[in-house]
Amino acid sequence: MEDHHDNHVTSYAQNFKVLLVLLLLTISTILVVKLDLGHFTVAMALFLASVKTTIVLTYFMHLKGEKLILRLMVGGVFLLFAIIVIITFIDYYFRII
Amino acid sequence: MSTTEHSEHSEHSEYIDVETGKMGMWLFLFTELFLFGGLFIVYAVMRARYGEDFHHAALELNAFIGATNTVVLLVSSMTVAMSLTAIQKSQKNLAIGLIFVTLLLAIVFMINKYFEYGHKFELHLYPGSDVMRNLPHGEIMFFGLYFLMTGLHLFHVVVGGILLTIVMLRVKSGKINKEHFLLHENGALYWHLVDLIWIFLFPLLYLIT
Amino acid sequence: MNNQVSAEPLNYLNHKTGLWSWLTATDHKRIGLLYLYAITTFFLTAAVLGLLMKIEKSTIGPTIMTAQTYNAMFTLHGIIMIFIVVIPGLAAVFGNICLPIMIGAKDVAFPKLNLFSFYVYITGACLGLYSQFAHGHSPDAGWTFYVPYSAEVNSNIILALLAAFTLGFASILTGLNFIVTIHRMRAPGMTWFRMPLFPWSLYATAWIQLLATPVVGITLLMVIAERTLHVGFFDPKLGGDPVLYQHLFWIYSHPAVYVMILPAMGVVTEIFPTFSQKPVFGYLPIVFSSLAIALVGYFVWGHHMFTSGMSYESRWFFSFITFLVAIPSAIKVFNWLSTMYGGSVDLQPPLLYAISFIFLFTIGGFTGLTLGAVATDIHVHNTDFVVAHFHYIIFGGMGFGFFAAMHYWYPKIYGTMYHIKWAKIAWGFLFTGFNVLYFPMFIMGIQGMPRRYYDYDPKFQLGQTISSVGAVILFVGLIAMIANLVYHVRRGAKAPANPWHGVTLEWQVPSPPPHENFDEIPVITREPYVFDNPYTKEK
Repeated sequence: MEDHHDNHVTSYAQNFKVLLVLLLLTISTILVVKLDLGHFTVAMALFLASVKTTIVLTYFMHLKGEKLILRLMVGGVFLLFAIIVIITFIDYYFRII
Repeated sequence: MSTTEHSEHSEHSEYIDVETGKMGMWLFLFTELFLFGGLFIVYAVMRARYGEDFHHAALELNAFIGATNTVVLLVSSMTVAMSLTAIQKSQKNLAIGLIFVTLLLAIVFMINKYFEYGHKFELHLYPGSDVMRNLPHGEIMFFGLYFLMTGLHLFHVVVGGILLTIVMLRVKSGKINKEHFLLHENGALYWHLVDLIWIFLFPLLYLIT
Repeated sequence: MNNQVSAEPLNYLNHKTGLWSWLTATDHKRIGLLYLYAITTFFLTAAVLGLLMKIEKSTIGPTIMTAQTYNAMFTLHGIIMIFIVVIPGLAAVFGNICLPIMIGAKDVAFPKLNLFSFYVYITGACLGLYSQFAHGHSPDAGWTFYVPYSAEVNSNIILALLAAFTLGFASILTGLNFIVTIHRMRAPGMTWFRMPLFPWSLYATAWIQLLATPVVGITLLMVIAERTLHVGFFDPKLGGDPVLYQHLFWIYSHPAVYVMILPAMGVVTEIFPTFSQKPVFGYLPIVFSSLAIALVGYFVWGHHMFTSGMSYESRWFFSFITFLVAIPSAIKVFNWLSTMYGGSVDLQPPLLYAISFIFLFTIGGFTGLTLGAVATDIHVHNTDFVVAHFHYIIFGGMGFGFFAAMHYWYPKIYGTMYHIKWAKIAWGFLFTGFNVLYFPMFIMGIQGMPRRYYDYDPKFQLGQTISSVGAVILFVGLIAMIANLVYHVRRGAKAPANPWHGVTLEWQVPSPPPHENFDEIPVITREPYVFDNPYTKEK
């Protein structure tokens, strides 16, 4: 097991830049809520959370340098969860709201 | 054929093949996502049902502490990622220092949580209390979810902290080094997951006002 | 293969001896055997419970037990059979024993984790048993733990919930291990589509174990929180929704049905080519139907809830998707039958079980469609019809698949052969008893006999008695089968490396296999089911 670590070493500077972006996104999440976009507030907050998640996955968790199969798995898992939530709401959307 | 080479040594070598070990960790993280996923489904359903009550109940939460903890976790995510960079560059002491900072931040997070929970208990806002029983239904649901979700998350912070402590000790003893840092990588992955979940918990619980 | 048996050659059974070497074994075959013994013990326990319930029902009114005992008994029967026997069943036993050999690996990816998950499993199983005998009432909420009853009733529900949670954790770890093993440990040259079909079915299964089980884990924890902290998610008095529990429960427990049946399908897919000496018909459709079943299986959970008060829209949605599952299942049945067509069929015990698997699974599958259609489901929901249906799938499918696997790989596992004729007679009893036991329940269910009832209307007397007689025949068959297998472990004739003339990798190693399976990792150069030995010259 010699050459397994040929994946790039993330530099300190890049880690720091990623953090700055994440902090900016956190601030914008708070701002979005304070501005109150009505019905879009939650959607916007969740969208920003998803962007943050993607950034953490890609850079901090090094998905960028990982094999394709692993990236597909991560994507598939999130997709599967989304579908399950949507199907659950086929019930609740028509029953409660 | 690194895999077959690996399996020949599987019982003799204390190091697991990196790609194999990492895939195992990722799969484990998937199960964690679905574990929290169950709670997110309950949250979504209850919120759809009791939007107004959730709105009122969320006012009780301290958004400032929530935001502080978000920043704490984001920074800790960076320090643990940097510690991995340090070990890959053979900067052993820096790596130890960065994990130590991560652990300190974890403790800050827990202290914040302690005050937050303490305040709720003073107000008798915990599941099963008399005060809770008389709240509107949606607020009961909200606080139930708040305690269960943040509680489960806190449990993961503790587990992650223990894992990173082990990583730190192994870095110190040289067991984790430039060549073999699978455990370090996996510990970091776990810590990022803790962060990931908080990224969703923060707006859903603290900011929905 | 041809080396002379000089002394006793070293294999995984004898390379180390003593109880301790077994309890700390990381060899996948030994762990598989540990699972086998544990599962057999629990299976017999729960089978006896089932027999007692059937004897109780042979006459109207109390026969041998009280109603409360009956309730506790069907709960225990369900918990043991579902969580301890059937869900781990094939994957943990034959997956462990065969998967690494079939893909040409020396062990699974994480051998220590494998052993660890066995102990998690045992812990969970013991918790389950303890919930019965601990202070207080035995759990009586059925294996589904439906709220609000399970959140309020005064019995040891929490222990049972913890047991199910722990067992789920063991299941997750096994699934995780298998996925990584299949991704990372295949022998050189074994591309994905040169992999035999049992590993493929385990791969599909493992994804379900991995991704669905955590959902039930958190759901069971929520019920515990409900009981201890009164969080009220499922309690209408506090604003909760009991139907939400059913959603969460079935989001796991429906895919769990495919955890049970997919490996059984994989087993018979191995058996048909071997005993027909013919390549499997439609390798790719079988692969993709396994994956399709696993995937679509995530989206059909609502068909357990047609009468629970879901919205109409979701009822037709779930009903529609449920019918889709029938397509890949039917593809498989078609492929198995076509594999036998024109082959030199050798009716050995494994094939007998595999054929009866198709028969029973088809009956179970078709009655499943009756239940999957909203209109008919409302009539037969919560009747004996449902009980008969899922026993045809779980026992007739997974159970007979398990017996098929046992008879197929037995010579490989122990290096000895059981008594063939005896095995066939035992099969006769099992198959007859099974149908006599469960088929009348379809009829009684349609006539309105509710499930889980202690007593019944006199008009069901005949059917119930026939069913009870079937239970006795079935039990005799079970004992005969197990006695045959146990007796011949040591006293059976020596089995050759390849008694059935199979072509997958496990038949290329000695019986029993050596400790690390292969002296040299094989290099795979062709598809998995090519029968070119002179014995089986293609026409």
